[in-house]
Amino acid sequence: MRALVWHGKEDIRCDTVSDPRIEHPRDAIVQVTSCAICGSDLHLFHNFIPAMLPGDIMGHEMMGEVVEVGSGVNGHIKKGDRVVVPFTIICGECDQCNRGNFSVCERSNRKKHLADKVFGHGTAGLFGYTHLTGGYPGGQAEYVRVPFADATHIKVPDGLSDEQVLFLGDIFPTGWQAAVQCDIQPTDTVAIWGCGPVGQMAIRSAILLGAERVVAIDCISERLSMARAGGATTINFKEESVVERLNELTGGKGPEKCIDATGMESHVSFAHPDSLYDRAKQMMMLENDRPHVLREMIYVCRPAGVLSIPGVYSGLADKIPLGMLMNKGLTVRTGQTHVNRWTDDLLRRIEEGQIDPSFVITHTVALEDGPEMYKVFRDKQDSCIKVVLKPQA
Amino acid sequence: MRYISNIVRSEGDPKVLHSGPSLLSGADRLARSLGWFSIGLGLAELFAAEQMTRALGMEGKEALVRSFGLREIGSGILSLSIDKQAGLWSRVAGDGLDIMMLASELRSDNPKRENVGVALAMVLGVTLLDFIGAQGVTSRHSRNRGRRRDYRDRSGFPKGVGAARGAARKDFEMPREMRAAPILAYASGQSSAGGE
Repeated sequence: MRALVWHGKEDIRCDTVSDPRIEHPRDAIVQVTSCAICGSDLHLFHNFIPAMLPGDIMGHEMMGEVVEVGSGVNGHIKKGDRVVVPFTIICGECDQCNRGNFSVCERSNRKKHLADKVFGHGTAGLFGYTHLTGGYPGGQAEYVRVPFADATHIKVPDGLSDEQVLFLGDIFPTGWQAAVQCDIQPTDTVAIWGCGPVGQMAIRSAILLGAERVVAIDCISERLSMARAGGATTINFKEESVVERLNELTGGKGPEKCIDATGMESHVSFAHPDSLYDRAKQMMMLENDRPHVLREMIYVCRPAGVLSIPGVYSGLADKIPLGMLMNKGLTVRTGQTHVNRWTDDLLRRIEEGQIDPSFVITHTVALEDGPEMYKVFRDKQDSCIKVVLKPQA
Repeated sequence: MRYISNIVRSEGDPKVLHSGPSLLSGADRLARSLGWFSIGLGLAELFAAEQMTRALGMEGKEALVRSFGLREIGSGILSLSIDKQAGLWSRVAGDGLDIMMLASELRSDNPKRENVGVALAMVLGVTLLDFIGAQGVTSRHSRNRGRRRDYRDRSGFPKGVGAARGAARKDFEMPREMRAAPILAYASGQSSAGGE
């Protein structure tokens, strides 16, 4: 089969690879009909996430048709079912899964011994990600093996297109969880840094959850125009000061809720000297992350407010103003997304027409054009915001 | 390398059978080569400054050569990073400094004038490569490639933003552990602040 394979920094190739096989009774094989390039794939593309190996298949947003099931799937899914595959692999039985904390499933990470050493306690297995999260082959491929498939799936009805439901596997529940973690009240101003795909979903989620005002922060005009279309007030940080504008919008008090949809690769510019410092240290391998957005959120957030961090951070970061964080009494909520915790509710909202997540798709191409689209997406060329790949085209 | 990495894969995991074309362009590869060259030259300037100045008749300018070495290492690291445009343009600027320094040593009383001439010719050649590489990666990775589009019609809300605002408040049950922290109660004046 064909798959998009990581060969090193900035080198993704469309390779011919052997077909996946059922390894465990709870496995299933899914023929991928649609998959997407996620913003966090770019962290892997840049080799900022440790423990990627040449030959790893990329992709953790995918859906398709079940073509084979193991003997232990016990009828939860069957051949011919149409499923979205969540990016977090879950056993559905461990203590964390029973609490709904699916992204920290205790059993699905097959390289937990590695993750335990790095994270203290390992987290769930993820598709198409680092070997710290299991090194499972991803879904930017014609077929993907889904471990614990009886739990790791979202069944979708036939009436909805791939484009409407594909993002249930990652960015939609990620944006939703980011907003839910804020416990949005009708009087709240929610500020969201980053108007990439997750930021766009967080904006729509904050609107659905009834924020009085949503403020979206970015510097790319087409992303800001999409944010405005979704009901956000926008700030272009290349044209105005984020802190001054947020204070102006909130009567000098700052937003009650702040969402970091940017993560470890904050924009680098001379206007933000801390970002230059971070980039220099990151290049020398003295720091993993560039937490400019996190610093700015801590600074501008209203005391007793909430910081929600869906943006991916990978390791160590410097100069976090902990004194500010502590004295202002801010609550920090973060984590990979507990996808299956939210998907029944979100699928219903799509069916009811409350939201159609396909709005975010700007490019649809065949799988073999995927490597070039990594570059187009990373360089923000051709007004690219979200790429969907069609492996069967 | 990819075959070695297969050791850590399970039996059922797909393995690469045939590799497709690399995403790295000629300009990207040139940037990598120049990056490593820059680091190598920088290390030589840093640790063999005496030998270099002697060969070029520039005795007494070891500190300057060492500082150029540090600059080369910095440019090299930048050229190997994802910000390779900045790295290669910094190399072009650095080449300008090298050329100025070497040109000033082409004076008639320099007994190593011929060596300086050879070094100058080499730097001019590398400058050309640096310029070609910088132009190549800047053009390939420029955001200005492709169309500029406006997404003002993409609300994502089939019934409009007005209908969507607060729609989920009616039926969404906020998980208990994700409710705002108790400190928010202090903020709304329900209790007095406490000490550590």
